[in-house]
Amino acid sequence: MGTILFELALTFYFAAAIISLAELFRGTKAMARIMLLFVILGFALHTVSIIYRYAAGGYMPVSSPHEAASFFSWCTVLLFLILEFRYKVGLLGSFIMPLVFVLMFSSAMLSREIKPLSPELQSYWFGIHTVLAFLGNASFAMSFGIGIMYLVQEHYVKSKHIGGLFQRLPSLQSLDEINYRLITIGFPLLTLAIITGAFWADKAWGGYIKGDIRVVWSLITWLIYAIVLHTRLIAGWRGRRAAVLSIIGFLSIIVAFFGIKLLGKGLHVFL
Amino acid sequence: MKILVVGLNHKTADIDVREKLAFDGAKLEGGLSGLKTLPEVREALILSTCNRVEMYANVSDIAKAYDSIKDFLSQFHGIDKTALEKSLYKYENLDAVHHVFRVASSLDSMVVGEPQILGQMKDAFEFALSKKTTGVLLNKLMKKAISVAKRIRTETKIAENAVSISFAAVELAKKIFTDLSTKSFMLLGAGEMAELAARHLMSSGVKDVIVANRTYETGCNLAKEFNGRAIKFEDFLREMVNTDIVICSTGASKYVLMKDDMHKIIKERRHKPVFIIDISVPRNIDPGINDVDNVYLYDVDDLKGVVDTNKQERQKEAERAERIVSEEIETFQRWQSSLDSVPAIIALRDKADAIKKEELDRLLNKIPSLGEKEKKDIEYMASAIINKLIHPPTAALKEDAEDKDILIATLKRLYGLNEKE
Repeated sequence: MGTILFELALTFYFAAAIISLAELFRGTKAMARIMLLFVILGFALHTVSIIYRYAAGGYMPVSSPHEAASFFSWCTVLLFLILEFRYKVGLLGSFIMPLVFVLMFSSAMLSREIKPLSPELQSYWFGIHTVLAFLGNASFAMSFGIGIMYLVQEHYVKSKHIGGLFQRLPSLQSLDEINYRLITIGFPLLTLAIITGAFWADKAWGGYIKGDIRVVWSLITWLIYAIVLHTRLIAGWRGRRAAVLSIIGFLSIIVAFFGIKLLGKGLHVFL
Repeated sequence: MKILVVGLNHKTADIDVREKLAFDGAKLEGGLSGLKTLPEVREALILSTCNRVEMYANVSDIAKAYDSIKDFLSQFHGIDKTALEKSLYKYENLDAVHHVFRVASSLDSMVVGEPQILGQMKDAFEFALSKKTTGVLLNKLMKKAISVAKRIRTETKIAENAVSISFAAVELAKKIFTDLSTKSFMLLGAGEMAELAARHLMSSGVKDVIVANRTYETGCNLAKEFNGRAIKFEDFLREMVNTDIVICSTGASKYVLMKDDMHKIIKERRHKPVFIIDISVPRNIDPGINDVDNVYLYDVDDLKGVVDTNKQERQKEAERAERIVSEEIETFQRWQSSLDSVPAIIALRDKADAIKKEELDRLLNKIPSLGEKEKKDIEYMASAIINKLIHPPTAALKEDAEDKDILIATLKRLYGLNEKE
């Protein structure tokens, strides 16, 4: 049952991603509405499938790569829907839904076996740490999409070749402000995730996890977003530089997310 | 019942001819009643704008009506008829419908997609309605034309992109800033085009206006006009730290703003974006400034480029609009043929026959004891009644009456005869 719901959610996300890409070439209001409807349907099914899995395993379903990627997509879609209804950012779906689909698809490719949770992960810290981390990552995923939109729109304005998506993309200022807001949400979440992770590691293993590549990457990511916020607050850096930094930040998250698995061992080998 | 359009527009006549033939102000009423009293004209409407003068009419005979309208025009405006003929165009029936739809949708306008024509069309229609010079056909034509224009406006982007330099500047400003009403704006120097752009910006919500002019006096006057404040020209660099939009047209022979100045200003502004429009020729602002992050510089040629792209966009949208027009002509044609008398007569007869059958069946069921002969007699009487009842309207419709269209519409309404699509 959980699997069927997951597959259906994946299908809806796929349809939404295709429509969202088609929107780049030929945007109509009807297309945008259908895309949003598919996202909402997919999200509802996805939510139920995650609850199923939670019930089946008895723990927050983020312990295997399959679950982690699925939960990551879920958080991103949640934020997308919030942004879509709060700000009505034109074409946001075209820059986010393909990413969501890729995440979901990679989740679908991975083993869906439900394994018993290893003893060292059996702690309430597990739920807190992972949910914080994923919500933070989802904010950064959104800020990545918005950052790309900013660069596209800025290219139109700077190069003076008005056309293509220029009319349909939001203003530079609103893209920049939404990006900033997303980072101010994501950064505290990431910070808390790192702190709770450290606490937990201290309790479970009696010390920080030295040399765990995931931890190192997280600190690098944290540093990138710290730079974004710092330069903005101190020197007022905004616009292109902020957009570029938020794109780099998210790429580093992706490297951490998928790269780690390829690199091998470590405590975070499952995500 | 034939539709005739006679007129002239910016493509067929120069401004002086259009001026002479315009039905402006008080002339419109006289013109309209004069047109309506022509013997071949049953319904009439006049559309008179600065780019076109057109007469829409429901006429009994196209060729005769066209001649009388030409005579009428040359008399009314005191113009030689042969000179007039050179500028006139004429459309009949479906071509006329096509033309009216295109005009309402602004496909025939000088600037394709301009919004004024639809309003002018509505005004012309309302005026004709108030003078009772239109009837079933022209009313339907005008209503349909207005709805086609609206459909095109919502389904295509024909009116979306700015096609004048000053509007293009506003459009760009809106894609840089979210809310223009919170932005401040500086007019550096004064020129006609700069003032026009300033006015467009202000009608888009910009409130905080600063004027910096070489002659302080002129600046003060202009500032008063815009409800802003004037500053000394030398102070404009300092003031730019707090200014989001700058329109420059100083007439200076060298750059008044250099890249290095801009670097300093943008740093002091904490990198808040600046939109600079340099309308002056020769340019007054170092073009290299556009390379500074968060600074967007447009000169006249850039804006012209934007306008050209937008015009091409509109042209593409116009092609889609033409397809919509063709579709809508079909629905109009269906409506028009429903006004033809034959289907109306058939519908009336069908209805009468249906009633006869229903009532006969009911009666024969009630009295099963009736013999064959009685049944025949009753049937005969029923047929005789309906035939006598529908004979006069049928005969009236078969005549080629002046007001046939009205009769058909009335008949349909009175008997509830539904049109078959």
